[in-house]
Amino acid sequence: MEFTFSPEYEMCRESFRRFAEKEAAPIAVEIDEEERFPAGTVEKLARAGMLGITVPKQYGGQGADNLVYIMCVEELSRVCATTGVIVSAHASLCVAPILENGTEAQKQKYLPRLASGEWLGAFGLTEPGAGTDASGQKTRAVLDGDHYVLNGNKIFITNAGYADVYIIMAMTDPGKGTRGISAFIVEKTFPGFSVGTKEKKMGIRGSSTRELIMEDCIVPKENLLGVEGKGFGIAMKTLDGGRIGIAAQALGIAQGALDKTVAYTKERRQFGKPISAFQNTQFQLADMETRTEAARLLVYKAASFKDAKKPYSKEAAMAKLFASETASEVASLAVQLHGGYGYMREYEVERMMRDAKITEIYEGTSEVQRMVISSALLK
Amino acid sequence: MNIVVCIKQVPDTTEVRLDPVTGTLIRDGVPSIMNPDDKAGLEAALRLREKYGGHVTALSMGPPQAATMMREALAMGADRAILLGDRAFAGSDTLATSSAIAAAIRKLDYDIVITGRQAIDGDTAQVGPQIAEHLSIPNISYAQEITPSEDRASVTVKRVFDDRYQMQRVKLPCLLTALSELAEPRYLSPGRVFDAWREMKVENWTSADLDINPAVLGLKGSPTRVKKSFPKAVKPAGAVIRLEGREAAEAVLRKLKENFIL
Repeated sequence: MEFTFSPEYEMCRESFRRFAEKEAAPIAVEIDEEERFPAGTVEKLARAGMLGITVPKQYGGQGADNLVYIMCVEELSRVCATTGVIVSAHASLCVAPILENGTEAQKQKYLPRLASGEWLGAFGLTEPGAGTDASGQKTRAVLDGDHYVLNGNKIFITNAGYADVYIIMAMTDPGKGTRGISAFIVEKTFPGFSVGTKEKKMGIRGSSTRELIMEDCIVPKENLLGVEGKGFGIAMKTLDGGRIGIAAQALGIAQGALDKTVAYTKERRQFGKPISAFQNTQFQLADMETRTEAARLLVYKAASFKDAKKPYSKEAAMAKLFASETASEVASLAVQLHGGYGYMREYEVERMMRDAKITEIYEGTSEVQRMVISSALLK
Repeated sequence: MNIVVCIKQVPDTTEVRLDPVTGTLIRDGVPSIMNPDDKAGLEAALRLREKYGGHVTALSMGPPQAATMMREALAMGADRAILLGDRAFAGSDTLATSSAIAAAIRKLDYDIVITGRQAIDGDTAQVGPQIAEHLSIPNISYAQEITPSEDRASVTVKRVFDDRYQMQRVKLPCLLTALSELAEPRYLSPGRVFDAWREMKVENWTSADLDINPAVLGLKGSPTRVKKSFPKAVKPAGAVIRLEGREAAEAVLRKLKENFIL
């Protein structure tokens, strides 16, 4: 077992880091402050091929693997978690389910546009009454000739309003519980589809989080993803993959907070010396680094299992659980080591602390991850 | 329009520290990068190709580890990467280097040769113009813009100095030395990176591949003797403040007062 990447991976990482430093970092404070979606950055991500990393070349993508994609989310999130989640929601939650479950015609139609960034993707599962208990779906889809009619609301949808394509879960047979759920590819221009008001959030404030409203929304029959009644499985598998993306986002936040803290503690002087000369600082930094590195190994392992087509549900859950809790802990310690300055917006670690919290909640709370991990142990 | 771009692998001098005792550069652990002026030249060449067609060849002379930089050139979009790698080239000064590079370029089909203005490790700015001399082609240094004529028989070049610029038109073939402002290098797309490492190859040429007298190569072909080397004084990056009229004047005044100039 070798814990190093071959040079092509390192070259990709360097390029992602350069992009992050030059394009995402300079506006990270501003988009948080103004709660502004970084549409210009998304265009640049598209031009750099970063929205189609895992899409095969035959569909206009980069043809690279999940490890490369994960590095991309990690490096973006290291400077701006908002930018990281835009990519993760697009790639893990919209591109991946089409790639894994789509018909050839669906792949031909959607993947080239999603890979080039002409279209941005999103995913809609959560409803007001169906969060962790995703089986309680109220959105209905009724087949009517050559199309389905969808009615219902989805909430807390990342990229909503800016995305062109949404993977939507809806009940086609309410009597069958989770086996009555189906997945659909819904375009924003379909009649009856609209987005609701923007949520005001604690963190990742530049990312767009909105409600989706479907009122007699007409979805062509050929936009059913997979087969009828198999939507819940598609959603769960999609979230397994998405968790690696969020774990990478959390890892990036932890690394970003740590890097800022190392630099700060070398500069900041108290009692006549830099605060990095105090053992308390040194021990805190050592713990932050160790946790972050442990999270990194779990995240890369989960991604490499996915690439190797091994079962990775438990690995993804462990990666997300540990990386997200690490992000919160490391960011909180970063604020503490920055002292009063850390509490101020200018120093960015307070934003990282706010951004970190959501990684413990979305795409399955930490409690859900513990359920997934323990059920794999106890089955 | 076929373009040969000469590139050099250099230590990232922004990461080089000076040994406080000996005053020499500490190169240990310093990453190697493509020289920034050269990279801008390569980017400009790729943009010209994208607009006018043709092919771009990246050419370098260096040790085997320079192959990583050649892969980067391929990942940026170069069609071909040729590394002159041979013990016979070791110890070359700028003259021996330009002799070898020019000999390699003679074997290639080119309309334009682009080199960086200078390398950040040596700062000589000699190799580009020397190559032009060897090839007996015109040379315009400090290029910040390159615009081909409609018939593609010439290019107009914005040649930039600290306090002025010149617009020069030159017949092809020619050699241009690029400023890093010529073109901001693109981000590498992952697909191209993987192709560069897994599908494409870096060609290694030795002295035997060149039609050249071995006496002009390497240490033997290098008349330069180094008497002393010293680091260049680092100029701070400076700050750009965009204001207008009165506000701008006030900002300048404030800065001058802050620095006790006024």
